[in-house]
Order: sequence, then structure tokens, then C-alpha cells
Amino acid sequence: MSIADAAVMAVLVIPALAAGLLAFLPNYRIGAAVNVAAALFTFLAAALLLLQRPALDHYLFIDDLNNVFITLTTFVGFTTSVFSASYIAHELKIGRLTPINLRFYHAMYQTLMFALNLALVANNIGLMWVAVEIATLTTVLMVGIYRTHEALEAAWKYFILGSVGIALALFGTILVYLAAQPVIGAGFDSMVWTTLVARAATFDAGILNLAFIFLLLGYGTKIGLAPLHAWLPDAHAEGPTPISAVLSGLLLNVALYALLRFKILLAVNPNAIAPAPLMVIMGLVSLVFAAFMLYRRRDIKRFFAYSSIEHMGIVTFAFGLGGALANFAGLLQMTMHSLTKSAIFFAVGHIAQAKGTQRFAQIHGLSESNPSLAFAFALAVVAIAGLPPFGIFKAEFLLATSTFAREPWLAAIFGFGLLIAFGALIIRLQDVLFGKPSPSEAIPMATLFPLYAHLAIVLAAGIYLPQPLVRWFEAVAKMLG
Amino acid sequence: MRGLNFDIAHFLAGTLVLLSFMQLYQDRLTALLHIFALHALVLALSVGWQAYVQDAPHLYVTAAIALVFKAIVIPVVLRRIIVRLGIHREIETVGGIGLTMLAGIGLVALSMVVILRVTGGADPFAREDLAFALAVILLGLLMMVSRRNAVSQVIGFMSLENGLVLAATGAKGMPLVVEISVAFSILIAFIVIGIFLFRIRERFDTVDVGALDRFRGDRA
Repeated sequence: MSIADAAVMAVLVIPALAAGLLAFLPNYRIGAAVNVAAALFTFLAAALLLLQRPALDHYLFIDDLNNVFITLTTFVGFTTSVFSASYIAHELKIGRLTPINLRFYHAMYQTLMFALNLALVANNIGLMWVAVEIATLTTVLMVGIYRTHEALEAAWKYFILGSVGIALALFGTILVYLAAQPVIGAGFDSMVWTTLVARAATFDAGILNLAFIFLLLGYGTKIGLAPLHAWLPDAHAEGPTPISAVLSGLLLNVALYALLRFKILLAVNPNAIAPAPLMVIMGLVSLVFAAFMLYRRRDIKRFFAYSSIEHMGIVTFAFGLGGALANFAGLLQMTMHSLTKSAIFFAVGHIAQAKGTQRFAQIHGLSESNPSLAFAFALAVVAIAGLPPFGIFKAEFLLATSTFAREPWLAAIFGFGLLIAFGALIIRLQDVLFGKPSPSEAIPMATLFPLYAHLAIVLAAGIYLPQPLVRWFEAVAKMLG
Repeated sequence: MRGLNFDIAHFLAGTLVLLSFMQLYQDRLTALLHIFALHALVLALSVGWQAYVQDAPHLYVTAAIALVFKAIVIPVVLRRIIVRLGIHREIETVGGIGLTMLAGIGLVALSMVVILRVTGGADPFAREDLAFALAVILLGLLMMVSRRNAVSQVIGFMSLENGLVLAATGAKGMPLVVEISVAFSILIAFIVIGIFLFRIRERFDTVDVGALDRFRGDRA
């Protein structure tokens, strides 16, 4: 077994073992430490994969595309576990969570990391589906962990909509198998992604088209594309904030990744429909819809959940548009959004704890009451709003210019959506930062580390992208067609 | 040999669609539960028949799972929950049965037209099974959106999953990974639902999802 093979296994085995261990650790402090350590080692294992690729396997594989996702997922998984450790300490203090809740929470966190990693490295569309399903179920349980009215309603809604989405995706997966079976033959090989993509040119285009519709609706629900997004704001608002961060930063990406795999499959087949128009329309609708919805939010986590819908819309739009430049921009946008949005949720988690509420109406004057937190939050919001010099600006600028060169009308809609969202973000930022300070309590300062780690990367990417990274992203962009 | 084997498979799949229709207009939870148990039983028969016809012994496992879990264990447990919550006698107001049935007919027609037209090249066995399976899935979806009661929504979801199993077993030689995972996921899903029903009861004293809507977090 080479180092790379071991690394792929480690990415799966570490979270799985940690989940088992954490379920039996009574002390929440040790639990939190184990959680952080497991996430760190998973990230290190994933980083090894950047240097060396494992040999192709019928179950697991690594290529340029999932390498991006796996690095991002394990990194955000690690930083979120650090944030989570300080977050839960406060939740425990005010009695919203009990030590038994926390045992469950930590075990679920690692199960989620396992499921996300499995979905990313799986070389089998069936296995990938199973992993996305496990990820859905674990997040449902975590969203409901506070057991308040709102949390239960959110978890139930998420469960029902998520399951329906997952069911549609499975039907799509079965259809892909049916399309592959006459060409590749019955059995396991017809679900292996690398085999599928090699022979997809001769598949029955009709079945493949139908499959893609189901996959788009199914995985699109998990991406949070309008009009299938209804679960997303509730799930983000009512669960623990670290879960909001991983939902926005990771789970949405993984669903998008699944969709992209099938998009590549369709692109190989000359007779299949072009997935582009569907993805472009859903992406733009999500962008504009979410941008307008931002103005009516009264809850700070719900507000940023809509911002996630907006950004996933942009990313889907970019990948739908296709071409080297738009794909590159989409990939960059997705990476930057994951990092920035999870950073925002880290800040929001602390703000909600300091102010004791998630309602905008009761969050004012943060710059006076918690200056350092306010500064970090302002930076993160400026980054997500797409202002220079942050990475999101670069991605959106690239996307806008390449769209303008090809489809001016789409560029106009795209720009309009961005502006609307920008306005809402700035208005809310002012509300939160200034005004007469609402009552608040001090929170420990060491906990801003994960937030600044994310922002530093986003800032660095906005100023300068290193050559190896550019070449890597270009290779992926080419692969996406 | 296309004759009898095909007809029996066809008959069983058609019965599933019929039972899905029957679920749509049940207004008592216990009656709905009985129909669902029957639905799962027919699914088990259908999967068993596919196992025999395709000579794929692993499908018998799937059939057994459908029989034991979905036709026996789940209905029994759900029945207990219903009785414990004291809602087994309650009559659920299903808004506009006529309209729901019409929508159901439309969905079945849609799945026939779409699948039969698109999959012209595929194996006729898989093809017709798939058309029925899609009809069952869509009817399950319809039931989930037309009901307000959490228990009926769960039953709608499970009959939807039955449709998925039908589709998966109809596809010849589909790897075992998926079948077991489907069965397994239903089990997990059921546990989750069990917990939720318990918690909903604990917090709201009702399983009417409509009651949950009062607590919309976004309204001030």
C-alpha cells in the first residue's frame, strides 16, 4: 500500500473511528479535543493527497476535481471543529446543551465528516449517493438538537425536503445505470464513475437526459437552488452555529460536486441535451430571488443562509455557463464562498452568544460593545459582498467579464442580482455595527483564530493566486468542459 | 421467455400503483397504515419475482427486507405510536380528494409517457417496471404534499421509497450495494422519524405539521 492509498483510507477511517470513540466519551472537554484532533489529522491526510495520487480503484479514486473539494472540506472541517470547541463551551454554560447532547453532537460531527469525504472520494455513483444520504441524516439530527419548536420544525422540514431530493437523486442514479447497462454490461462496473465516463459517448442519450433532470432536481434540492431551497434557511437558523457553517461551507458543495460529476458524463455524450441552460436558469433564479429575500430577513443566521443560496446560485450559473474561464471563476467562487461563509458563521455564532439573540432588531452597536468581534465580522461581510481585495471579488469579476463577452443579457441579470444583494449586506452590516449598543456580554478572544485563518486565505487569493494553484484550477476547469 | 414471467412482473408492479392510489384517499390513519403494509407486501412479492426471473439470489435479501421491515415491523411500530398518541380514531381532513385523484392520474400518465418514450432502446422488462416505479414515486410525493399529518407524510415517504426499490430491482444486475443501502437508509430514516415523532409529541401535543407552522422563526 502506497502512502497515497493510506491517505485516502485515512480520510475515511479517521472520522469513522473518531465518531465511534466520541459516542462513548463522557467528558465533553476531552470530546471537543478529540474532535479537533481527528479533524486535524483528516486534513493532514487530505493534504498528502495533493502531493501524491493513489492508484485507480473501483471504489475510491482521486482526480483533480475531487482533490479541490476534499482539501477544502477537510480544512473547513478542521477550523469549524476549533470554533465548535469554544462555541459549545458557552452553550453548555447557559444550559442550551447538556453533556449528553454534546456526546451525540461530536459523534454526529465526525459521522458527517466521514460521509462528506466518502461522497467526494467515491468512484461509484451508488456509493456517492449513499454518502450524501448519510450526510443528510446526520445534519437533520444536528439541526434538531436544541429541541425547541423552531429547531424541530426546521429539522422536520429539512428531513422531508432533503429525503425527497435524495429519493429523486437515487432515481436519477438508477436511470444512469440503466443507460450504462446495455453498453458496459450488468453488474458493478456499470456504476463505476471512471468506467462510465470512458464509455458514456455510446450510452442511450434519452435515458441519460431523463436521469440528469432527476439528478438536477434531487441534488439541486441539497444545493439549495430556488425553488427547491425551502429547507435551507430554517436548517441554518435553528441548528447550532458550527453546523450552519458546515452546511453552508461543505454540504452544499458536496451536492454540487455530485451534480458536476453527472454534468461531465452528459458532456461526453454527443446526443445528450446540454445541461447548461437548465443550470444557468436555476443559478440565476436563485441569485436574484435570494438577493431580494435578503431585505426581509429579521434573523441574522437566516439572512446569511439566503446569502448562501445566492452564492450557490452564482456558482451553479458559472458551471452551467461552462468554458475555461467561467468554470475557473465558478471553482474559485465556490472555494472562496465556503471559506468566507463559514468565517461569517463563526462570527455570527459569537455575536449571537454575546448579544444573547439572533434577531437583527436586538443586535446593535457591536463596534462599541465588542470591537474586535465587530472588526472581524465587518471584514468577513465585506469579503462576502464581493468587494476588493478579497477573493470573491476576483471570482465574480472574472465571471462577470467572461459572461459579458459571451452573453451580455445574462451578464446584466447577474450584475443586477449582485448589486441587490450587495445593498442588503451593507445595510445589515451598518445596523449590526453601529447605533446604540444593545446589552452584551464578553466572550473569550482566542476563538477568533479560525475566522482569521479563513479570511487570510480569502484575502491572499484575492491579491495573488500562486501558479500551481492556477494550473490546478485550470485543469479542473478543462475537465468540466 | 417473455410471456408469463413478464405478465406477472407487470401485474405486481401495476398492483403497487393501484395501492398507491388507494393511499391517496384514506382519511383514517389506521386504514392508511394497512394499505401501506399491503403496499410493502406486494413490493416484497414483486422483488421476489424479479429475483426468480433474473436468477439473482441477492434480490431475495431485498425482498426479505421489504417483507420483514416494511410490511411487518414498521406498520406495527407506527400503529403503536398512533395509538399511544391517541390519534388512531381521528379523521384527517384530506383537502379535495377528487382533485388529488385527478392529479394522481395525471402523474401516472406523465410517467408512462415520459419513460416509455425515452427508454425505447432499453430492455422491456426494466422499461415497464421503471414506468410503474416512477408512477409510485410521484404518487408518494403527491401524498407527502397533500397531507398535513406527520404520520401520513412518513407513510408517503416510505411508499415513495418502495417505488425506488421497484426501480432498482427492475434494472437488471444492479449492484447489491445500492439495494442494501436503500433498505438500510429506510431503516435509518425510520429511526430518525421515530425520534422526531416522539419529540414533536413531547413539545406540541400534536403530530399535525400545521401546528408547527405557527412557530415560523422568521415572523417577528
